[in-house]
Amino acid sequence: MSPFWIDLIIMLIKVIVVMGALLGGVVVMVVVERRGAGFIQGRLGPNRVGPWGWLQPIADGIKLFLKEEFIPAQAYKPLYLAAPAFFMFIAFVTFAVIPFGDKVELFGRTIQLQIADVNIGILYIFAFASLGVYGIVIAGWSSNNKFSLMGGLRSAAQMISYEVALGLSIIGVLMVGQSLRLNDIIGMQTQYWSYLPRWNIFIQPLGFLIFLIAAIAEVNRIPFDLCEAEQELVVGYQVEYGSMKFAMYYLGEYTNLITFSALIVVLFFGGWHIPWIEGLNIHPLLLALLQVVAFVVKVFAFLWFFVWVRWTFPRFRYDQLMRFGWLVLLPLAIFNIFVTGVVMVLIP
Amino acid sequence: MPIDFLPILILLILSALMSGGMVFLSHLFGRKEPNPSKLSPYECGIPPVGDARLRFSVKFFVVAMLFIIFDFEGVTIYPWAVIFRKLHLFGLVEMGVFLGVLLIGLVYIWRKGALQWD
Repeated sequence: MSPFWIDLIIMLIKVIVVMGALLGGVVVMVVVERRGAGFIQGRLGPNRVGPWGWLQPIADGIKLFLKEEFIPAQAYKPLYLAAPAFFMFIAFVTFAVIPFGDKVELFGRTIQLQIADVNIGILYIFAFASLGVYGIVIAGWSSNNKFSLMGGLRSAAQMISYEVALGLSIIGVLMVGQSLRLNDIIGMQTQYWSYLPRWNIFIQPLGFLIFLIAAIAEVNRIPFDLCEAEQELVVGYQVEYGSMKFAMYYLGEYTNLITFSALIVVLFFGGWHIPWIEGLNIHPLLLALLQVVAFVVKVFAFLWFFVWVRWTFPRFRYDQLMRFGWLVLLPLAIFNIFVTGVVMVLIP
Repeated sequence: MPIDFLPILILLILSALMSGGMVFLSHLFGRKEPNPSKLSPYECGIPPVGDARLRFSVKFFVVAMLFIIFDFEGVTIYPWAVIFRKLHLFGLVEMGVFLGVLLIGLVYIWRKGALQWD
């Protein structure tokens, strides 16, 4: 076989493995969220299907595939059907540039543990992550329901408001890292100041905080879940959706959550880097495996954090939400850029 | 290089197939027993009142316009951030002026009441 075909097969394997891992991550997350909610609220949560309830999402998935499909009579059918598919499609595509491990030497080939190592990684992620809002707005409009429309509009205004702060909060990281390629940003973080690893969390604590808050708003979770608001809008843009189309919004939301956790880990917590492991002289393949495990552990730490936040805080009011995004997070992000610039000029 | 983007194309095709396939499979397996009240829009149980294509607050439109302005300015800062080490003091002063103008704009729209939601 010619080298091109081998490369193509490797790409295909990586894509399939990542998509499988994302689906598996969503399945685990559904259980973690429901059991975690039970744990926080002092009840059990689903614990009957499989050991400790771990098969519950599989059972739910099968059930939802077999559920009756209905399309509201007044809905605009093509967009109504396309919206959930588009939402999930975008959620999966966004993950493409996130590196989950270092380069591996296998059978004389260097394999990058990442779907695509492109030089505009961050721009790619923001470009696709911002398309997710279309899935929500189109669902809200096309199902021709007042609750859906309001939920979709609220969600659109919220997501675009927090996207500004989200985009500006990572400028500091880019100034330090001097690249939009995610591997270069991790590369910078594998160095040390004497013993402390040079993770960006120590250089950009304010940027991290803004990014974390804006990320919760981007994935529409409590305390920013104004578009769903069960008490006023029932569930917002999802009201008219049933069976698998309803589940696809859940799949997409949890995939987005995983993507944002992975992005936080890559930008601020050294990605797959394990501190102080270089001196131990481990076999390269074992090291690569350990690094992938470290990445997954870090991502799940943040996923648990999101679950914890969701079941702890009450919801914002809509005017508070807008004021917080535009008049607190945005000026803070600009301030963060300016301070980073001054410090970098003063300390070469 | 364009070849770097080939895996993304593969991912695009596969995830489009997967999400389209899920809608199709659910259409295939789900039973269909429609009746008029099942297909009417959900409004907490009462018959729907009026049309759902209602007029909504102009604030949403204003926020969308503000987003376009600020997001464009945000994207302008990205290339500057990447080469900031080379620009040094010159870059800092230039961007200080730019961010200053941005902040004045933010204060202006705030004083004009574009961000008031009550």
